[in-house]
Amino acid sequence: MNGAGSAAVPAVTTSLIDHPSARVLIRRHRLRWWEGLPWIVATGFYFAFPDYLAFGTQLLVSILFALSLDLALGYAGIITLGHAAFFGTGAYAVGLLAFHGIWAEPITSLLIAAAAAAAVGFGSGLVLLRTKGLTLLMLTLCTMALLQEAANMAHDYTGGFDGLPSLDIAPVLGKFEFNPLYADTQYLYTLALLLVCFVFIRTVVYSPFGESLTGIRENMLRMQAVGSPVRRRLVICYTISAAIAGIAGGLWAQTNAYVNLSVLDLDRAATVLIILILGGYGRLYGAFVGAVAYMALEHFVARIYPTAWQLELGLLLVLVALFARNGILGLGEALCRRYRAEHAGS
Amino acid sequence: MTEIRLETRTLSRYFGALMAVQAIDFKLAAGARHALIGPNGAGKTTFINLLAGVLLPSRGRVLLKGHDITDKSQAERVKLGLARTFQINRLFRGLTVLENVCISVAERVGAASSMIYPLGRRTDVIEESMHLLGMLKLTADAGRRVSELPYGRQRLVEIAIAIGLKPQVLLLDEPAAGVPSAESHIILDAIERLPEQLAVLIIEHDMDVVFRFAKRVTVMVSGALFAEGTPREIEANPQVRAVYLGQAAHD
Amino acid sequence: MDLGVNFASILLGGLSAGTVLFIVSVGLSVTMGLMGFVNLAHGAFAMFGGYVIVLAMNRWQMSFGVALLLGFVSTAALGMVLERLLYRRLYRAGELDQVLFTIGLIFIFIAVITIAVGPESQPISLPRALGGQLNLGFMQYRTYSVFLTVVGSLIVTGIWLGFERTHIGAQIRATVDNRRMAESLGINVDRLFTMTFAFGSGMAAIGGGLGAEFLGLDPQYALKYLVYFLIVVSVGGLGSVVGVYCASLLLGVLDFVLKLYLPKGGTIFIYALTILILLWRPQGLFGRKET
Repeated sequence: MNGAGSAAVPAVTTSLIDHPSARVLIRRHRLRWWEGLPWIVATGFYFAFPDYLAFGTQLLVSILFALSLDLALGYAGIITLGHAAFFGTGAYAVGLLAFHGIWAEPITSLLIAAAAAAAVGFGSGLVLLRTKGLTLLMLTLCTMALLQEAANMAHDYTGGFDGLPSLDIAPVLGKFEFNPLYADTQYLYTLALLLVCFVFIRTVVYSPFGESLTGIRENMLRMQAVGSPVRRRLVICYTISAAIAGIAGGLWAQTNAYVNLSVLDLDRAATVLIILILGGYGRLYGAFVGAVAYMALEHFVARIYPTAWQLELGLLLVLVALFARNGILGLGEALCRRYRAEHAGS
Repeated sequence: MTEIRLETRTLSRYFGALMAVQAIDFKLAAGARHALIGPNGAGKTTFINLLAGVLLPSRGRVLLKGHDITDKSQAERVKLGLARTFQINRLFRGLTVLENVCISVAERVGAASSMIYPLGRRTDVIEESMHLLGMLKLTADAGRRVSELPYGRQRLVEIAIAIGLKPQVLLLDEPAAGVPSAESHIILDAIERLPEQLAVLIIEHDMDVVFRFAKRVTVMVSGALFAEGTPREIEANPQVRAVYLGQAAHD
Repeated sequence: MDLGVNFASILLGGLSAGTVLFIVSVGLSVTMGLMGFVNLAHGAFAMFGGYVIVLAMNRWQMSFGVALLLGFVSTAALGMVLERLLYRRLYRAGELDQVLFTIGLIFIFIAVITIAVGPESQPISLPRALGGQLNLGFMQYRTYSVFLTVVGSLIVTGIWLGFERTHIGAQIRATVDNRRMAESLGINVDRLFTMTFAFGSGMAAIGGGLGAEFLGLDPQYALKYLVYFLIVVSVGGLGSVVGVYCASLLLGVLDFVLKLYLPKGGTIFIYALTILILLWRPQGLFGRKET
């Protein structure tokens, strides 16, 4: 053995991977007890608030959308104000298929939505991810704006500004009726899809690929210097993120039974960004926390005092940017660390 | 005959009318401990950037173990066995020391593109990273965030990441730069324990490091090779003294 | 002859629109080039200044010139205060935090104006001297549009000369080029930032006021035209006064032409063109390439 002489290794011939830090890394992906909580709460919500299931469904869709953004922005560091481009692509894919009577089966429609959004993500990512900083921000904005204009221009198919109303979605799995009247079906359907997508994202995040994305975010130049194919990784990440955003958009269209230009709007892209940062980006569960916080605030304040809501939101954002850049989860982490430091003795 | 690991032939780089690097013929053998010194602006970092693939040359060729790599990208050169460190730390600051090294080891063994299985399952990567940390006496810091470490130890992590690539040629760009003198010995210790067969080229201003570590020294002035020899020879060379070392060489 | 007049009137219309865009955005270009700060809230300063100017004229019967001056001074002062208190803390922060902060500022501005003044669009009455038509020899054209174009060219010349010929201009250029070096030369970079930010905000106010007549002035102004301001700044090249001028005029003329011949989908062309230009030259037409 090498005689490293480090004080932390306890026994005589322990293997290197028994070192506490190594064990932390090895165990990192294991499920912790509290990870079941969001799902328990979500299921509890179903039974406890049957009248609010429509709201709950939209909340779940927002979480999914924010999760997709977290992969690109929180983990890979791709700063984009145009993520609604993929949300909108997914929404319109579902909408166009359903409205023009081409295809109305919900689950496969979502797969098509994901594929369409992934195609847009791949194409734009290939081209845009050569740039960074303000240039990249502008390009993502312009791509989304361009898609919105295109949807507006193709009003014969997309309904233009008014959109496509009353989409007929076929029953889920052939059995469960699916339209806004059946809010309970929609809620469970959305929850199931969120679970599937979440498991997928969680797997990617804890994989070596996910770790390399974090490396790219932390120091792109160093990743290049260790031989990492940075652009390829970024494009793959962006494509996956787009696909999931497309599923979220498709879900939005299905559960609202309509689609209009708002799915491609700067407002939607800015809102999902706010939600993610509010909750805490790069932390997997920031999307959950942020979406709940934002939509709860909006539901209670914005309905009654819309202008006050905007003022409050603005102040909140300024405060978060100045003092709590890692969002609610970041604040929680900081508090935990301080608690542990104070109680660790001197 | 010792194997020539890295070679340049009339390597040149212009920036407009400025010749940053002029027609350099250079050889680095296996096991080399070679220092590159010279006044500021002599073109040393440009030379390293040319070797590493960050810059493409205006003329000339770069060969790694006999293969021409002049047109190859940074990442390709890394895969072929060339690694470098940076003069100013380029670390993954928000991550732990162990994660920093795991990233480069994972890249090397080809694990980094895997999306399905968790990193935690790749105990081979983690074990090798821990071993490397042990070699560099960083084990105690394995679980700490890089941003929390003192600068000297961060510099060690910088070297650890490069070594994690198991290179055949290692380019160290001023490894002791910015390290407080109280801590610089840890850098020296680390450099001294580098694998024997590794070909090492080190840019340095710190003459202590050069004299302790280098078997050969090359002096670069205004983009061209000015003198070459053992540290003693270079120190005694009056022209080198005049252009670079000045009177300070004696203290 | 008819075609010539048609062409000229389109050109003039586009130029005056572009000039307004320029006057609002020039401050953004300079501060972004100087401080590297993504200030999405720049349009909010233009909106604020525009409101001050229009309200001064409508409610307090001030003359156009005095109102413009008041708008410039009040917005510059506001900019100075915000820069000192808030913006300064985020210079070293990441792009994401800057985006978040400035979006928050936009919301605050919009909400405050809606509460203070109301959500309606503000009417603007131009001074009589600038109303009506001007005889340009070969054609008649709106006096105000000609006025705008002339003012714009004066402003760009003035600012450009300011950069090239004055001491402070040299300081700004030096700091944009190499901040560390500028500091070691004794340039008070903090003060420079504050003054440049104040000046840029003041210019935005002038643009907001001058352009109120055809861009309109309502609380959504800051968001409505945000993308356009960002387009001309990034296409022109950060920190380049000439760049943002050319990009603004180009955008103004293009937008005008497209509204005329392709009213349904002209903007798609502008976005596509922006994307192509930024892909070809990420630093903008007149920007400096990052080494």
